Amino acid sequence: MNYHWNWGIFLEQVKSGDETYLDWLLTGFGWTVAVSLSAWVIALSLGILLGVLRTMPSRALAAAATAWVELFRNIPLLVQMFLWFFVVPELLPREWGLWVKQDLPAKEFLTATICLGLFTSSRVAEQVRAGIQALPHGQVMAGLAMGLSLPQTYRYVLLPMALRMVVPPLTSELMNVFKNSSVAFAIGVLELTFQAKQMQEDSEQGIETFFAVTVLYFICAFTANRVMAVIERRTRIPGTIAGQQ
Amino acid sequence: MMQGDFDFSVLVDSLPFLWTGLQFTLKLTMVAMLGGIAFGTLLALARLSPIAPLAKVASWYVNSMRSIPLVMVILWFFLVIPLITGTPLGAENSALVTFTLFEAAFYCEIMRAGILSVSRGQVAAGYAVGFTYSQNMRLVVLPQAFRNMLPVLLTQTIVLFQDTSLVYAIGAKDLLKAAEVAGKNYNRPVEMVVFVAIIYFVICSSLSFTVKRLQQRMAIKR
Repeated sequence: MNYHWNWGIFLEQVKSGDETYLDWLLTGFGWTVAVSLSAWVIALSLGILLGVLRTMPSRALAAAATAWVELFRNIPLLVQMFLWFFVVPELLPREWGLWVKQDLPAKEFLTATICLGLFTSSRVAEQVRAGIQALPHGQVMAGLAMGLSLPQTYRYVLLPMALRMVVPPLTSELMNVFKNSSVAFAIGVLELTFQAKQMQEDSEQGIETFFAVTVLYFICAFTANRVMAVIERRTRIPGTIAGQQ
Repeated sequence: MMQGDFDFSVLVDSLPFLWTGLQFTLKLTMVAMLGGIAFGTLLALARLSPIAPLAKVASWYVNSMRSIPLVMVILWFFLVIPLITGTPLGAENSALVTFTLFEAAFYCEIMRAGILSVSRGQVAAGYAVGFTYSQNMRLVVLPQAFRNMLPVLLTQTIVLFQDTSLVYAIGAKDLLKAAEVAGKNYNRPVEMVVFVAIIYFVICSSLSFTVKRLQQRMAIKR
């Protein structure tokens, strides 16, 4: 293997400006975290709503939520990025489309966030639905029999149990969000993968570059995992196997 | 180009070109599935083996593959393989190697769950009739594990099929890349993205429908 190692590369200046390569990577890290966390907020709120809708007695609501989930699950994320970036502005009324294309601030960031958020919402919805359906049917009936309305039953009886049960699968979804945010490089978000490619071309130190970026992704995944572990411990349901300590 | 100005007639002209792209996407999916399941099964056996270092190496491999974004793995292999072999490999071949090795980590976890789902009595019975470890695995445990996990393996393959679009990062000529090139040639990029999304959607939803049916049929049989 004929490779010229240079681990000091990160402190060197980039060829095209007065920043260092480390600045590039830290910027990338910031965008990765920003895209992932904002997308997670969208995914969680929409996903819980959709998951609830899928378990509703109303056939129409459940079917609409199912269609949503199927739509977002069966198209590759990268293709969805292109759909939001290139196609959606064309579908808007002329002035809006022009505005989105020319004047929308942080256009790439917003597009990537919405796209990743909606994509992940369909996965969160599946977990939430599974959580609700894992509850004994008696829970709904008991809620309704006590005179609670259906929304109240969801709010006070079903969701407090179901959401706590699905914390472990949601942990992997949160880690997936960080990993999937890497796809945003394709529409020009200046996140880690984008910076990795840019630094590799600029510095020609591919291995050092990718190593550093991989470490930064590890940090994201590990932090997400630890934070969720704390939440999991705090929200354990008493009386279950998980809650017995 | 704005609203109401879509022109889908170019799609017909570009069909043969898109077909070559789809062929590579399908080839990549098939190779990575077969290779990934084979290597993944070996990894699963290693993870479950009583030989501690072997189990450790396998689990390290699986966990690292699963915690790095696929795009980064694709970029890593594209960079590192030519450095090791000394000759450039080309984006397509690099993609074939990468996906096989990457998907193996995911198939490994599925096969491991499958092996663990086989009842202990089966293993004991195999040894009791005098099978060696490898005979026991090949003839008793793995066929059952494989059968139990068939729907999950197929679901993972649908995920894999979608993930192949990420070879975009190294410019391999798959369906998505073909659509992008065709979109540039005919100056109709928007229609091409929509068309390619429809193709992915149709293939993936029919596959997931098939898997669901299979799952129901297998559930009744037991």
